[in-house]
Amino acid sequence: MATVSIPTILRTHTGGEKAVEANGGTVAAVIDDLDSRHSGIKGRLITDGALHRFVNIYVDDEDVRFAGGLEAPVKDTSTVTILPAVAGGAR
Amino acid sequence: MDEIVAHARRDHPDEACGVVAGPEGSDRPERFIPMLNAARSPTFYEFDSGDLLRLYRDMDSRDEVPVVIYHSHTATEAYPSRTDISYASEPDAHYVLVSTREDSDTEFRSYRIVDGVVTEEQVEVVETYMFAHTGADDVPDNA
Repeated sequence: MATVSIPTILRTHTGGEKAVEANGGTVAAVIDDLDSRHSGIKGRLITDGALHRFVNIYVDDEDVRFAGGLEAPVKDTSTVTILPAVAGGAR
Repeated sequence: MDEIVAHARRDHPDEACGVVAGPEGSDRPERFIPMLNAARSPTFYEFDSGDLLRLYRDMDSRDEVPVVIYHSHTATEAYPSRTDISYASEPDAHYVLVSTREDSDTEFRSYRIVDGVVTEEQVEVVETYMFAHTGADDVPDNA
């Protein structure tokens, strides 16, 4: 199973756990499996099949936006890291 | 605080951004980490996604969290914009805003942003946390 690193703001879904495990051959499959174990987490990451612009997901240190998006491959030994974007501004 | 203001002045008219990390659970901002504004914009800031990952890996390895997340507004007041609020995703962080719109005076304010609700908090500047509340330079708080 892949290891998924959970940011502070989503740990309410994982009982406070910083890292959990999930199955799946792609990022989308991992998120589906994650949601089946930690209900509600998918809605914090994806809307209408697209990754929120506030959220970054990395597979083994590579931002999935540059590696196939939600179809980016995930191995059993992979670490999937979820991090909220740090952004804002006067605009 | 001086370093945050200096960073904001240096990057003006673009927005400057960064973090002051501290030990998890301590609420003490100790390690100043200026970040590059990947947007290089006077009205928007964003940590580069690679920089963001390295920052969090580095903090994790030191058992640190982002105690302060700061950025500057270069033409408006130091108050969180709707964009700031929609992106804010560290419920335990102090969101510091500085405004560099005046040449001579830099506004410096701090907020909690939790579930879209902004709460301003008072800013107290201390030389070091070790001596913050004894009024002496050589008597630690915990003496």
